[in-house]
Amino acid sequence: MSLRTPLSKVIGRGSAGEGVGHWWMQRVTAVALLPLTAWFVISLLGQPLQSYDAMRGWLGQPWVAVLTILLVFTLAWHSKLGIQVIIEDYVHGKAAKTTLLLSSTFVHVGAAVSGIFAILSLALS
Amino acid sequence: MNQRPLSPHLGVYKFMYTMSLSILHRITGGAAAVGFLLFVWWLMALASGPAAYASAMSVLATPLAKLLLVGFTFSFVYHFCNGIRHLVWDTGRGLERAQARRSGAVVVVAALLLTAATIWFACRAFGPLALGLAP
Repeated sequence: MSLRTPLSKVIGRGSAGEGVGHWWMQRVTAVALLPLTAWFVISLLGQPLQSYDAMRGWLGQPWVAVLTILLVFTLAWHSKLGIQVIIEDYVHGKAAKTTLLLSSTFVHVGAAVSGIFAILSLALS
Repeated sequence: MNQRPLSPHLGVYKFMYTMSLSILHRITGGAAAVGFLLFVWWLMALASGPAAYASAMSVLATPLAKLLLVGFTFSFVYHFCNGIRHLVWDTGRGLERAQARRSGAVVVVAALLLTAATIWFACRAFGPLALGLAP
């Protein structure tokens, strides 16, 4: 005898209730990060990193700013998903696990907002 | 709670080098997450003005920071290369034992070469400060 309702079998989302959403977004962000990180590293290392004016001028250009915002956003998302899996795998106490997951979410959202704000302030001033 | 079924402990498996590549993927992912925070800190320094940027760059020029940057670079590059391997596996290809071993070797060699190349270009972009160990 199955304890699962017919509806739950049809929806097929398992006990966590969210299906493959996490797994899928990890792949979506991974695919997006391949061109974004490759573009950023190659472009960045062509710039004179010590020169404030040169770096500011480079990062403030519209397309560079847009792509770097996409990079920061996607990195934060991918990193959040990955760190979540590591915490869920190795931290077993309910309180510690919840605290760490919550902190990780806050840090990632804070980092994403900070990075995007920094780029916007360079591009729009 | 303790009665729930557990998957076998890692210790029951015979060691294979592809295992260490898998573990390294997780370790480098965790390190890259820290590297991402450092990247955001650098962006904030750039947005805060010339003085903040200069002091951030002098922090990055210290020997300890350079060592960490080499570690973060390797972590990003390895995670990037091995991530491609994982994405190929997700399409159902390359899962045979011999293929997985071969792609693992390709990833290790590619990661080391790309790390070396990135550091070499970074030293050029960083300017004369990067060549000496002292700031």
